[in-house]
Amino acid sequence: MRQTDLAIIGAGPAGLAAALEASRAGARVILLERDDWLGGQLVKQTHQFFGSKNEFAGMRGVDIATHFSEQIEKDENIQVFTGATALGFYEDGVLTAACAGRMIKIKPRTLLVASGAMEKMIPFENNDLPGVYGAGAVQTLMNVYGVAPGKKVLMVGAGNIGLIVSYQLIQAGIEVEAIIEGASHVGGYWVHASKIRRMGVPILTNHTILKARGQEKVEGALITRIDENWQPVPGEEREVSVDTVCLAVGLSPLAELLWQAGCEMEFSPQLGGYVPIRDSNLETTEEGIYIAGDVAGIEEATSAILEGQLAGISAARKMDYRIEEEKVEEIKANLETLRAGPVGEHIRQGLANVER
Amino acid sequence: MRIKDHPILSFPEGKTVEFSFEGKTFIGKEGEPIAAALHDAGIRVLRHSPRHNRPRGFFCAIGNCSSCLMVVNGEPNVKVCVTPLRQGMKVEYQKGKGDINAAD
Repeated sequence: MRQTDLAIIGAGPAGLAAALEASRAGARVILLERDDWLGGQLVKQTHQFFGSKNEFAGMRGVDIATHFSEQIEKDENIQVFTGATALGFYEDGVLTAACAGRMIKIKPRTLLVASGAMEKMIPFENNDLPGVYGAGAVQTLMNVYGVAPGKKVLMVGAGNIGLIVSYQLIQAGIEVEAIIEGASHVGGYWVHASKIRRMGVPILTNHTILKARGQEKVEGALITRIDENWQPVPGEEREVSVDTVCLAVGLSPLAELLWQAGCEMEFSPQLGGYVPIRDSNLETTEEGIYIAGDVAGIEEATSAILEGQLAGISAARKMDYRIEEEKVEEIKANLETLRAGPVGEHIRQGLANVER
Repeated sequence: MRIKDHPILSFPEGKTVEFSFEGKTFIGKEGEPIAAALHDAGIRVLRHSPRHNRPRGFFCAIGNCSSCLMVVNGEPNVKVCVTPLRQGMKVEYQKGKGDINAAD
């Protein structure tokens, strides 16, 4: 059995930021990561981040991951396990994980779940055909491993992920036939949408996919215009010739461990699904269990970093390590700035229902 | 198909390894996910669903969804989207839910 101050599940932006923050206060940290590398989904993000006050504005996600990893490796307070899948968290406060074919047991004084999220699926005929991929999968394949997902792609969803992945596809030399979006407006930032439109890719709002064509793999898709009640408009159906359908229809939190740990959960449409009730320091209803990043509510990498910092410093304070209170206020102020304005409205609404 | 020219990313050449899929020999890069090497070789169907025999490809590519389970070196239910490719690997379709006793 390994003893530590803070065990962190997930070495994405939230987990990495939390580990560094907790270590800075003097806490010993065990960081568990299912993948063989650190950085989580940052490693596939080739676009530059634009933040407000955030120090990472202007950097690409993949470089932010490297930046964090280098700091973590040098940090003697932080012990990293890669290839380690967290399995369960039990009543006696023991966390188990599978690592290199063995089970390891950890008894942490505090726990941070930063497990991230997974891709959502939408119902349409043949949505299980090979060639229907999640946007994250497309990013992994082309940005991390340099393999083209297909020759011609239909993108479903015009939120930031749909827009950014479309742009990345074009950068990789792959054709994007169209971006379709069920809502009446583009959900992502206009700066991304404009870039895509300038490259000649149509963004069709009030459109959805009815079926994917093909027997063994995607050979096309049937799309249609929909009305304000999301019902197909007769006579507005259209065949598109594509070999890949990329779904960018949102993410849902990977909250299984939090359910198992007995945290009080609440369904939040704005935050992507069931998320834990938390206080303003990201502690759940189970004392000593913290959350940060997409598992706390679907946002993006910059807010995940800030939440990670907040959860890390809060866990350290809980264990009576000395922290700077001004730093806590600064992180909270940065989060508030990030969530200000019309783009952050649904996040603010979602958080209002789960923060106690 | 490999991406050759990219304005931002460069993909390291890496060490080329041979592996077999359903008895045929393919090449891929050492350490990349088995699914990436198969995809590069044009193979989209990674298994068939146990009940309705529907073709399945990869979907999430982060080891969550279990769409890509295959038999690797005799071991069933391997998530090939997150399992690194090694020299001489034997990759096969899985029948049904996979037979653990069939492992070498």
